[in-house]
Order: sequence, then C-alpha cells, then structure tokens
Amino acid sequence: MTAITKNTFSSLTPAQFTAIGNEFDAIRNRMRADLGERDAKYIRTMIKRQRQFEVAGRVMMMIPPIWPAGVAALSVSKILDNMEIGHNVMHGQYDWMGDPSLNSKNFEWDSADTSKNWKITHNYEHHTYTNVLNKDHDIGYGLLRMSTDQKWEPRFLANLPLTVLLHTFFQHFVAVQNLKLEEVLIYKTKTGAQLKEEFKPVWKKMRKQLAKDYVLFPLLAGPMAPMVFAGNVLANLARNVWACAVIFNGHFPEDVEQFPESVIENETRGQWYVRQLLGSANFSGGKLMHIMSGNLSFQIEHHLFPDIPAHRYAEIAPEVRAICEKHGLPYKTDSFARQTLSTWKRIAKLSLPSGKSGTVSPRMANEKVAAPMALAA
Amino acid sequence: MSATAPRTHFFSTGLRRALSSRIAATLAYPHGVDRYVEHFAPTFSLNEVRAEVTAVRYQTDDSVTMTLHPNGNWQGFRAGQYLRLTVEINGVRRTRCYSPANSVHAADGLIELTAKAHAGGFVSKHLQQDLQVGTTVGLSQAEGTFALPETRPSRVLLISGGSGITPVMAMLRTLCDEGHAGQITFLHYSNAAKDQIYAAELAEIAAKHPNVQLLRGYVEADQGGELSGLFGRAHLNDAVPDYAEAQTFLCGPPGMMKAVQQIWTDEGIAERLHLEHFTAAPVVVDSANAEGEVRFMRSERLAKNSGGTLLDQAEAAGLKPESGCRMGICHACTCRKTAGRVRDTRTGEISDAGEGDIQICISVPVGTVTLDL
Repeated sequence: MTAITKNTFSSLTPAQFTAIGNEFDAIRNRMRADLGERDAKYIRTMIKRQRQFEVAGRVMMMIPPIWPAGVAALSVSKILDNMEIGHNVMHGQYDWMGDPSLNSKNFEWDSADTSKNWKITHNYEHHTYTNVLNKDHDIGYGLLRMSTDQKWEPRFLANLPLTVLLHTFFQHFVAVQNLKLEEVLIYKTKTGAQLKEEFKPVWKKMRKQLAKDYVLFPLLAGPMAPMVFAGNVLANLARNVWACAVIFNGHFPEDVEQFPESVIENETRGQWYVRQLLGSANFSGGKLMHIMSGNLSFQIEHHLFPDIPAHRYAEIAPEVRAICEKHGLPYKTDSFARQTLSTWKRIAKLSLPSGKSGTVSPRMANEKVAAPMALAA
Repeated sequence: MSATAPRTHFFSTGLRRALSSRIAATLAYPHGVDRYVEHFAPTFSLNEVRAEVTAVRYQTDDSVTMTLHPNGNWQGFRAGQYLRLTVEINGVRRTRCYSPANSVHAADGLIELTAKAHAGGFVSKHLQQDLQVGTTVGLSQAEGTFALPETRPSRVLLISGGSGITPVMAMLRTLCDEGHAGQITFLHYSNAAKDQIYAAELAEIAAKHPNVQLLRGYVEADQGGELSGLFGRAHLNDAVPDYAEAQTFLCGPPGMMKAVQQIWTDEGIAERLHLEHFTAAPVVVDSANAEGEVRFMRSERLAKNSGGTLLDQAEAAGLKPESGCRMGICHACTCRKTAGRVRDTRTGEISDAGEGDIQICISVPVGTVTLDL
C-alpha cells in the first residue's frame, strides 16, 4: 500500500504539481472570498447548541431518573466543544469575522490541553509536517509505533494496550504532548527541570478543568455528588475515545502514507498539497457524523484547507475528488468502521519488529529537530 | 411600578453579583459567563458595553439616526466625546467612531447617534440602509478630550460642518438642559437645507431659548440660511463679533477646520479653540515614490510597499488587523513596529527607526517596515 502512494508521489512531474497547486489554490480563494453571514450563523448556532447540551446535561445529571440522559448530553456537548467548535475556531477558520470570542488567538476549549500548546503541536507541527516522521508528533504521540520507518523497540510490544490507554486519557495525553515526555523518560534528551517548567501552564489549565468537573459541579449537586462525579468521568471518557478515534482514522488507516523528512526540503506548494492528500483519509457518514467529528470525516479537505470553515468541506469534497481523479491521485475514503479496523490492524502489526527496519531513530530525530511536533486534526 | 421597581433592581443586582462571582467563573470555565448568558440576553455582559438598537429614523435622505439602549456597563459620556460602535456586516465585525448627539442629562439613559452615509462609507451605508431595530451592537466607553469642560464657560461658540454637527449638538442640548445662562452661538454649515440633520430640533431650541443664536450657512444658494457660502472671516465679523471672548468648539470637514484654526491662531486665541476631526484628511498615496517592503512578522507575509497606510496594506495582504476609526483617533489598530520608519499622515512627522507602538491607520511606511502583525 505504502509503495503505491510513494510511486504516485514520485511519478508526478513538476508541471503537474504546479497545476495541482493552482487548482487547489483556486478552490481556496473562491471559498475565502465567499465567507460571510452563512458561516457566522453556522458557528454561532453550533455554539448555542453546545451550550444547551452542556447546561441540560449538567442539570439532568443531578436528577437520578434522567442521569443517563445527562451523561449523554454532556458527552455531546464536550465533543461539539472540542471538535466542531474548538478545533475549528483555533485553526483560525473564523478569524475573518473579527469577533474576539471566535478568534483563534483568544479561544480556549473544554479540554485539559491549553489552546496555546495545541496551536503549536497541532496547527504548526502537525498541519505543516503532516505525516512526516519525526516532525509530526501526532504519529504515535511519542507513545506508539505507527510506521515501518519508525525503528522497532521492545516497548512497542505494548502498542495495542497503549493505544487503548491513549484513547482513554486522550485529553491529558494531548495536554502533555507538547512536553514530549518520551524525551525525558526514554531518550533522556530533556531534563526533569525543563519538563517541570513546561508543565506549569499545562497544570494551570488542567487544574481548572478538574476543579470544574470533579469538585465544583459535584458539590453543587449535594447528595448527588458521586453521581455527578461519575457522570463527568463518563462524559470526559466518551469525548476522549471519540476524539482519538476520529483523529486516528484521519491519518492512520493502512493505506495512508507517511513520509521521510527529506520530502519537506524545498517542498513546493503543489507538493505540500499532494502530501496532505496522501497523508489523510476520510470516512463516510451522515450530517450528524460530520458534525460530531468536527467535519474531520473530511480529513483530506481539512488538511488541504485547514483555515476554511469546516462545515464547507462537504461542498468542496466533490471538487477535490475530481482533481484527484484528473491527476491519478488516490482519494482515500471508507466507512468509519472499516477505517477504524484498518487503523487497529496497522497498530497491531507494527507492535512487532516486522517490515523493513527503520533508518531514522526517534533519538536522532530529537537531536536534529529544533521544532517539536504535533497532534491530529 | 413603584413597588416592583426596587424589587426588580434588587433581583438584578443580586443576579449580577452571582454571575460575576469566582464560582460562576469556575463553572463557566473556559468560556466565561458572558458566553452562556448572551444566548438568551444578547446585550448582557459582565464587562463589555453592548447596546440594543431601540429606534431608527431618517432625518435626511442620506443619514440615519439610531437610538441605542446600552447595558449597565456604559459609564456615560461628556458632551462632545465619541464612542466606537461595532456592528456585524455579512459576518464581519466593523468598528467606527461616532459622537453621541444627545444631552448627557437624557433621563432615559439612551444614546443617540447619527451617521451620514457618504460615498465609499461601507459601515455608514450599511447603517443607513440595513440597520434594524432590535439589533445588538458593541460599544466602547466614551473617549476623547473634545468635550465641554466641567466648569461650563459662559460664552460658548459651537461651529460645525456636515455630520460634524453631532458632538456640538450634544453640547448644545446639554447646556440647554442645564439652563445655561450665558450666550450660545450655534454656527453650522451644510450644503443645502434638505441635507441638514437636526434642522427642526435646532430651530425649536433657538425659539425656546433666547440665549441661543442659531446661524445656518448653506453652500447652495437660496436655502434660507442666516449666512451663505463657505465659512469665512466675514461670517464671524458680521454675525459673531465677540467670537474672541468665547470658548469655541469646532468639528467639521478638514478644509473648514483649517480655515477656522487659521483665524484663531493668527489672532493668538488658539487656546480658546477646541476641536475634533471627524474625517481624516485624505491620505495622498504616493505609490511612485514608495520604496521597500512591508513585513508582517507574525503572519509571515511580505508585501511591496504600495505607499498607502499600513492598515490598508495589511488588509490588502489578506490580514485582518483590529481597526476602528481609521483616522488615528481610537487606537484600536495600535500595533508594534519592530523596525523601520513611518510617516504620520496627519502631521507628516517621520518616526524613528526603532521599535515602538504605532497607529497603523495613519502610518505610511517610509522604506521597509516590519510589523508584529
């Protein structure tokens, strides 16, 4: 699979890359020029729904017979907050509105991760160096082996259980992602003192999130405190698992390509577009699926146009597909279930020292790379 | 009414206190209390000034007069000051400066703004054509030093041109509400009688207050004004011979302001002249002599210096810097310049080449300039 796409990349001529770049730029420019009232209404409606689900969820959780509905509503609220609202607003998709509350500079989300760190690991590292080994920290999050080019180490035998762990505590893994814990714990390229300093702002955010979900709201519920506590655990868990699954499906199904660092040297705009295309995969679904995944079901479109409001990806998708067909590029899409299965198969396979052995070890990369790496869209 | 009002007041202050508590802030973290409450009370905010448009009327064909009901964060204004009004047009927030024209003593606490839709005035045109009653708008607190002094001068001369009438209208109405005993002269210029805003109300005030002298000058002939033609020394000498004794407040188009300033400066009475520019003198874009480039550091964009203001150049480069009045008043666009020289379009003054905060709406690059934008 990997070999096929690699051939695709190397079979394109510079003129083709330029043509592809221009075609995608044209879509982007047309979309940007068309932004307006419709997009403003969309995101505000989405925020209103999120607030309604949140308030309803927190209230219902305090009333025993409808506690399950409360947990469900708060889960939906947290997913909307992180996916369709937070992720997209922090990408700057709504900066053009000039509304401080919808500006990527100011927006903070209901997650343990600080928006500031997220914008480094995600917007910069992951979106710039998508699927470039050692530069895109989303590849395994420093925890997993996700590519045959990643040198096998005995710790990767735990690839599968660690993936479960990552899904479970996703918001906290993401929160500490920018700290690059593996550099301290495994590769010893970072000192504990450095880590402590970097952890301060993260802890400040985590603390507030924990205080809200696990102290204040339970206290407010009086005798229902344990139920509210448990409900909040479940809602956070639901959001964690869902967000992690969506993100993994976007970049790790078996036919999604990863790239060596050499591809980003003198990379042209056209090549960048093609790498985004080859490094991402979509999954199909109805309108609800698209909203709940923050339209990352259109991961390909998102990676081509990360700062175009995500609710427009569905409209752009047919055009992107047509460009792919025209230039013989793969457009990877499948059902959510099949993409998930494919992702887990890849993770299972890579826990064993199979395939070709890696040429670049993470340790070398850490020494060379000044900029750290990121998390998935 | 009298029984329920204190109770409502008690309830609303209690609610407000609860909403501004630390507990509320923690519960609403990270979005903040406003972001929840605004969904059913759009003008509510713990800190921001917001207002509801409660009335819209049209005094002339090209103007709009809007009445705003501000929320409790509005701290009031001094007659003559301006505020920044933020409206959303096709999803994009736009901010412009307007001076309230009402008396500071208006019992209803409402704010009255009048905007003239001039050619190329994107926001004023929108306000004139599309503003609906019930719209929520954003406001700043009142700003500016152009205002009636706390100790009211006894002899007052108010000079205005076109829509520059609004701040001096606030002064006139305020003084009349206070039962001002001294002589007030209201000298206003407009193109034609049909274009004049506040015409009817001015006539009414003049009729009611014997100490108010109303002088209307029209550029077009046969408009029935007390004066004709543009402002000139002759108007002063004939109609306001004691102008040197008065405290004079002036707001109008650049040409007229310059003419008035000249007289006051020549006669050495400039300290008795207070003024407000409501339109910037047009920036002469000297593209032929524009050199170097503009570097937008944070957004990693680079543009060839076009000779326009840095704000225009930033927008042309696809950036959306914060901005407001676009004439050097409100400082909403203030931005860090990390290197390069800029020319102030108002004064022609050239800055030093070092780091400093500049207002990009009135700054034109002189050679290469780097902005933290």
